[in-house]
Amino acid sequence: MKSILRGAIAALALTAAGSVAQAADLKACFVYVGPVGDFGWSYQHDQGRLAVEEHFGDRVETAYLESVPEGPDAERAIERFARDGCGLIFTTSFGYMNPTIKVAKKFPDVKFEHATGYKTADNVATYNSKFHEGRYIIGQIAAKQSKTGVAGYIASFPIPEVVSGINAFMLGAQSINPDFKLKVVWVNTWFDPGKEADAAKALIDQGADIITQHTDSTAPLQVAQERGVHGFGQASDMINFAKDAQYTAIIDDWAPYYIERVQEVLDGKWHSHSAWDGIAEGHVVMAPYTNLPDDVVEMAKATEAKIKGGWEPFTGPITKQDGTEAAADGVRLEDGAILGMNWYVKGIDDKLPQ
Amino acid sequence: MFEAVLLTVITAATPLLIAAVGELVVERSGVLNLGVEGMMIMGAVVGFAVANQTGSGSLGVVAAIVAGMAMSALFGFLVLILVTNQVASGLALTILGLGLSGMIGEAFIGVPGLRLPELYIPVLSEIPFVGPVFFQQDALVYVSFLLVGAVSYMLFKTRAGLILRAVGDNHVSAHALGYSVVRVRFMAILFGGACAGLAGAYMSLAYTPQWVENMTAGRGWIALALVVFASWLPFRVVAGAYLFGAVTVLTFHAQAQGLGIPSQFLSSLPYLATIAVLVLISANRRLTLVNTPACLGKPFVPDR
Amino acid sequence: MRIELVKRKEHSGVMALLSPVIAVGLTLIAAALIFTLTGKDPALGLYKFFIEPLTDTWSLQEIVVKATPLVLIACGLAVCYLSNNWNIGAEGQFVFGAICGSFLPILIPDFANGATLPLMLVFGALGGAAWGLIPALLKTRFNTNEILTSLMLVYVAGLLLDYLVRGPWRDPGGYNFPESLIFSDAATLPVIGDGRMSISAPIAVLVVVVLAVVLAKTLKGFEIRVMGESPRAGSFAGFSSKRLTIFAFALAGALAGLAGTMEVSGSLNQLLPTISPGYGFTAIIVAFLGRLNPIGILIAGFVLALSYIGGEAVQASMGVSDKIASVIQGLLLFFVLACDTFILYRLRFVKSRKSAGVPEVSHV
Repeated sequence: MKSILRGAIAALALTAAGSVAQAADLKACFVYVGPVGDFGWSYQHDQGRLAVEEHFGDRVETAYLESVPEGPDAERAIERFARDGCGLIFTTSFGYMNPTIKVAKKFPDVKFEHATGYKTADNVATYNSKFHEGRYIIGQIAAKQSKTGVAGYIASFPIPEVVSGINAFMLGAQSINPDFKLKVVWVNTWFDPGKEADAAKALIDQGADIITQHTDSTAPLQVAQERGVHGFGQASDMINFAKDAQYTAIIDDWAPYYIERVQEVLDGKWHSHSAWDGIAEGHVVMAPYTNLPDDVVEMAKATEAKIKGGWEPFTGPITKQDGTEAAADGVRLEDGAILGMNWYVKGIDDKLPQ
Repeated sequence: MFEAVLLTVITAATPLLIAAVGELVVERSGVLNLGVEGMMIMGAVVGFAVANQTGSGSLGVVAAIVAGMAMSALFGFLVLILVTNQVASGLALTILGLGLSGMIGEAFIGVPGLRLPELYIPVLSEIPFVGPVFFQQDALVYVSFLLVGAVSYMLFKTRAGLILRAVGDNHVSAHALGYSVVRVRFMAILFGGACAGLAGAYMSLAYTPQWVENMTAGRGWIALALVVFASWLPFRVVAGAYLFGAVTVLTFHAQAQGLGIPSQFLSSLPYLATIAVLVLISANRRLTLVNTPACLGKPFVPDR
Repeated sequence: MRIELVKRKEHSGVMALLSPVIAVGLTLIAAALIFTLTGKDPALGLYKFFIEPLTDTWSLQEIVVKATPLVLIACGLAVCYLSNNWNIGAEGQFVFGAICGSFLPILIPDFANGATLPLMLVFGALGGAAWGLIPALLKTRFNTNEILTSLMLVYVAGLLLDYLVRGPWRDPGGYNFPESLIFSDAATLPVIGDGRMSISAPIAVLVVVVLAVVLAKTLKGFEIRVMGESPRAGSFAGFSSKRLTIFAFALAGALAGLAGTMEVSGSLNQLLPTISPGYGFTAIIVAFLGRLNPIGILIAGFVLALSYIGGEAVQASMGVSDKIASVIQGLLLFFVLACDTFILYRLRFVKSRKSAGVPEVSHV
């Protein structure tokens, strides 16, 4: 009898050891608002996830849900992951904010990371990237390269992130050419290639010879390529879609942040924060500069270095469209002012939709 | 600049035109196929996939046409052989098409596409203004013009067209006269599917050469509206498609010009315009009654 | 040898019961095939898609949460379709109803007491009804095709919501992000159970029961069914198709608007640019799957909600494409439509006349 018992305990121990050796230490789960194949926002987040898998190997297991619409379905998707044993859940869209907070309350032992939001909790961190740093650089390039002095901006929705991007672009352009002009078209979608293409065509027909976008598809650059004008890729390097038209792209590189946060959970050092990093930390990366003369590339790289050294593009003097001063000479705009930006800088003629 | 705008409008209107002309033939035969969106998106994905794998845009277009026809054949089987409800069957086709295309297309997202070449017609394309606008376009734009002409000729100047319209207006009498209602309708449905598939190919091979989920973005539904809008007359479909395309394109120009109108209002203009024109056309009872296929949507089962 | 359809003398009771079973069976086979073709284990896929969601109380509650708006909207659509009013714009009526239902908590947030929620629901229903009346009136006065007008209005409603949430109704404390303020507790639907189920579920069941009784036992129900099948007979009986169109669209719009308001005051607690994952369109499938019968709609709504939850489950745990849910839904609808044919018709094999003498006929 004793030997059977000993044998059974030994067998159990072996099985337990075996399963522990194979089970991952952490399951990291990702909720995407669009398809992984959008080659834009969600694609880049998934690249981050793949980097996590590669870096940690068997120690970390990952899972993802794509095309989860903001709204009632989001809460269910997030809760499903919490119930499935995910220890760290990334919710990658602003509209997931309140569902994330709600689920986080129910699952205090699970850690949540919400992108582009502003509500935190003990187990909810927020993270965002200083995309506007990249916008400043491409604004400078645009002013240098444009023959008509007019750029076209295909914008999605008038939210602060997009508005600050437009303003940063304009400030960069104005640093080279104070009379630079910008035409903005709001397409009211993050992703609709047909609409984006039509908007690009309209802008080009109206005199813009540089196209930039805050939407996710490659369509505007394709139109630029066809029409012989130039532009900038968004979220991913879109050079394959526009060999001669793309100057550079602003790439969202989430890999360093994701790896860092997963490591912190594994080490037991994770705590909530509001992260907002940019070029200096490697979260915003400029794609290789192509189709540009050397001196412009030098200028762009110099600006990159300046930003890496701690310079904030939203440093005064900045004047608002209505004439009031936003920041005096040499004064940095506060983070809150940038994150909640709802005004245009002077020099943009369009009215911002309110 | 006007010329450039017109070029953009033509590009925007072409997929609508092709899909609408096909659906017009289907409805003239008495069948209402609400599955245009599903057939279009399947054409888009299959066309892109085949063009990508074979390197040939033409093969892609052919494959898209076949895909559209296959989807419509499924629909035809349901509504003609099994005599199911046409509205429900069309919707089922749309849902299935959207889902299937998403699944098939997964491997092709983020892949740069093949673009159908523009055809320059010598001499004619040199004519100032008219030249580039009408004679220097994607091949499919020319096809769309030819299609409208051919359908109009077929419907009103040939015996086949007469039979088709008879079947759509009074299937009982047509059957009594010895015409096979089912066969005529099936052919019409296949033609409609081919056109929808072709329109889809235009989206993924010419308009924005790439594949993304749901890239047709509701154009199939607009095509359906255009058929009614046009009172089932082919040349009016052209007017409707171009009107809709123009309103869509002009809203972007209005924004680019800096007019301070809320963009959502501008975006809703094409839809409001469609409703307004629909009302105007239907309010004219005589015009509507003369051209509406009287048996549209009614199931047909011959009694023996 | 030909196959023909012959109309039965009366509806086959046997087929009426068997048809959905066969349709579901065919769908399961097709689903297994799809799993296999995409390289996934079909048995595991079917289990995780169809069975596992039913084994857990949380997912059961989520199914109910998803099914409730579907059932509510589909009930209204059933009344429309039975009377030959092809309302495709339920999505727009849902959205506009939600807008109308939300105007109280957003514009007068201090009005937070026991009357808030009932008023919100009433406004929501009225708003949805008003939006539904537009295509109805265009149809009765100008003979305009209601399929297209109701559909165009879906886009318009969506754009209106977008404009409001990004502009005038934006939360002043929300850093200019497109969302309204969070509704007060008085404007939030009370929850039942430990999940997200709210009183909207029993309300939906109540609507189903009431509608079932109305359709089967009352004069109005008779009117709806007769006018759908034979408008001429109906007009002899004194029924007016125009008044019925107005009634049907108003009812469907009201139910959709009610569903919209309950959704916004329940799960979401605020207005966002997207508040519906296509409920209005999915409800059309539910209506047809339920054979335009309220009890059938209740079951169909549950089955379809299950397909969404199951689709998400296989995506999360097996890496199956998220498109699988809509493919399976489309197939299910196809099979149900096809199998339902055999309730009204039967197959007949006819040997071609070329063989000797009298054609042999065998019935199925």
